[in-house]
Amino acid sequence: MAETINNFLGLSASSWCGSIVTSLIHCALLLHVIAVGALVFIWLERKIAGRIQDRLGPTRVGGRFGWLQTLADGLKLITKEDLIPAEADRMLFKLAPYVAFMASFCAYLALPFADGWVGQHVNTAVFFVLAVLGLEVFGVILAGYASGSKWSLFGAIREAAQVVSYEVPLGLCVVVPVFICGTMNLVTIANKQAGLFTNWMVFHDPFTFCIFWVYFTCATASVNRAPFDLAEAESELVAGFHTEYSGLRWSFFFMAEYGSMFLVSGLATILFFGGWHGPIPLFGPEVLGWSYESLSSDWRLTGYLANLAGCANFILKASLGVIVMIWVRWTFPRLRIDQVITTCLKYCVPIAAVCFLGALVWEAIDLPSPNDWGLMSKPKSTVRENWVLPAKQVPVNEETTQRDSAAKPIATLHDGHPRRPTRRTPLSASYLPQQPGGDQ
Amino acid sequence: MILLATFAVHDFFFMLFALVACAFALGVLFSSNIVRMAFYLVISLGATAGLFFLAGAEFVGAMQLMIYVGGTLVLLIFGVMLTAQERFISLKPYGRDWVLSLIVGSSLLLLLLNAAFSVPGWTEQRSAEELAVDDSKTATPLGLALAGVRADKLETQRGDKVEDQRLKRGMSGYLLPFVIVSIHLLVVLIGAAYMARTKRVVPQATPNSGDNPD
Repeated sequence: MAETINNFLGLSASSWCGSIVTSLIHCALLLHVIAVGALVFIWLERKIAGRIQDRLGPTRVGGRFGWLQTLADGLKLITKEDLIPAEADRMLFKLAPYVAFMASFCAYLALPFADGWVGQHVNTAVFFVLAVLGLEVFGVILAGYASGSKWSLFGAIREAAQVVSYEVPLGLCVVVPVFICGTMNLVTIANKQAGLFTNWMVFHDPFTFCIFWVYFTCATASVNRAPFDLAEAESELVAGFHTEYSGLRWSFFFMAEYGSMFLVSGLATILFFGGWHGPIPLFGPEVLGWSYESLSSDWRLTGYLANLAGCANFILKASLGVIVMIWVRWTFPRLRIDQVITTCLKYCVPIAAVCFLGALVWEAIDLPSPNDWGLMSKPKSTVRENWVLPAKQVPVNEETTQRDSAAKPIATLHDGHPRRPTRRTPLSASYLPQQPGGDQ
Repeated sequence: MILLATFAVHDFFFMLFALVACAFALGVLFSSNIVRMAFYLVISLGATAGLFFLAGAEFVGAMQLMIYVGGTLVLLIFGVMLTAQERFISLKPYGRDWVLSLIVGSSLLLLLLNAAFSVPGWTEQRSAEELAVDDSKTATPLGLALAGVRADKLETQRGDKVEDQRLKRGMSGYLLPFVIVSIHLLVVLIGAAYMARTKRVVPQATPNSGDNPD
């Protein structure tokens, strides 16, 4: 894309202008995902909460369904006075909302929305998203400390305890799809679930089915949503960590919260529900054949439309996850702090550990799973995962040696050949250079 | 997408991240409020993670964020909040602390500089083609090294004309040290949990026959 822009501007192909413009476009798009997402989800939350409580919810602003209500709220928030308590640590108090928002935003950089539509291709995207999302708690803790109010401090301490506890089962849950797919690249993980919905990771075996629910529980806790919203617990702590905030700074916390709700739902979609691959592979090679071949870099309209539909599919699935979170929030009462920790340490961690081991054994002794039947999907032989190596270096596996033995300056290799054979090859045999006559 | 940034942009971001890391490291040193120190430390470590991402080492960068920025600092702030009696705790080091920390810090710096300049590949100018290795799978060689296949030692092995493909001494990977360290950590964790548990009051009325039931 950077080269295209450079060509358009009439610059040389490697000019820095293209890179800068590309990154700006990516960042602006992702900002819109968070901002517009928050706009929609806050409205949705009020509507759903109203319906659950047998009310109507917002009805006036913006027509019959009140869908402009959030915009009106936003205007109101902008005009509010920006208060800073006298007791506060001013610098940290001012910075905390941005820290929370930046953490949520940076995690979006590695989240793919369709095949190849991702802000920055990161090979270890799962890990990156989890690592960055874990920083959001830092904004909350800073806000709680810097407010100089005991309610805020209580909220922050609860948040710290909760997040430190829930990172453990969350990590265990995420590892399962990663080792089944054999990669940490989110694009690859989603592409391995192409085809009919039976190929989704959640239906891979009973253990992955169980671990999805553990993941969803832990994700709800890690984004600080009810019934785990102890950091704000408005019936005990006024408003918890954001008691002292008003106006735009307060709204940044909310954008961060809704942003990370969508993010963890999107992560669940990619890890367990096939990402942008629908229940029925309408655009796949079996039905319409519109979608891009893997690793193709050419542009065509049908491929673009397929990607667009995939993106819509992904957003729909992730929004469903957010709606379930909203539903849960308005249905369950808030847990006490000891119940929160009990849920984590006595239920989530053991269940996640057992499911982890179970899924591992399932893979190790090669039990059948719907993914093997490959319903309506020929397993994608190649996926968009580049491996750039200088020519001097050794070729990396036997498939490569056969195919790419010619000395190119930079060899771009493929990953993700059919699943079973890859995994059955011993690691050392596949990685070490093949020496003719070297075998004993 | 291979990051085809020209070196000017690359240098610019390198300098930016490096300056941020150094500036906030100094901020940690000269601040006296412990929570602000932690905040500066987060920014400094985050900028270091940015340097890793810039170098294409995504796994190490994410690891830096996960372990140092995330885990350690949440724990640090947690500890600070639990132990702080007055609201704005300040740390005022004595003169002898300065001397001691200067000695320790500068000797560590000398050691690291010495080690860094003794790596032959890091001092000579490399060709641009080698620098284009950017979007590589940094996690794969790391994982393989853990399992015993050192991707960086393959040439030496080939050059020595080893007859069998089995690994030489010194190339056997990091799995055993890793497991030893992790078991050690587990023991420490269990010990800490045991020490910190709520002490049960043993009823004195019916003393057992010496054997202590758990």
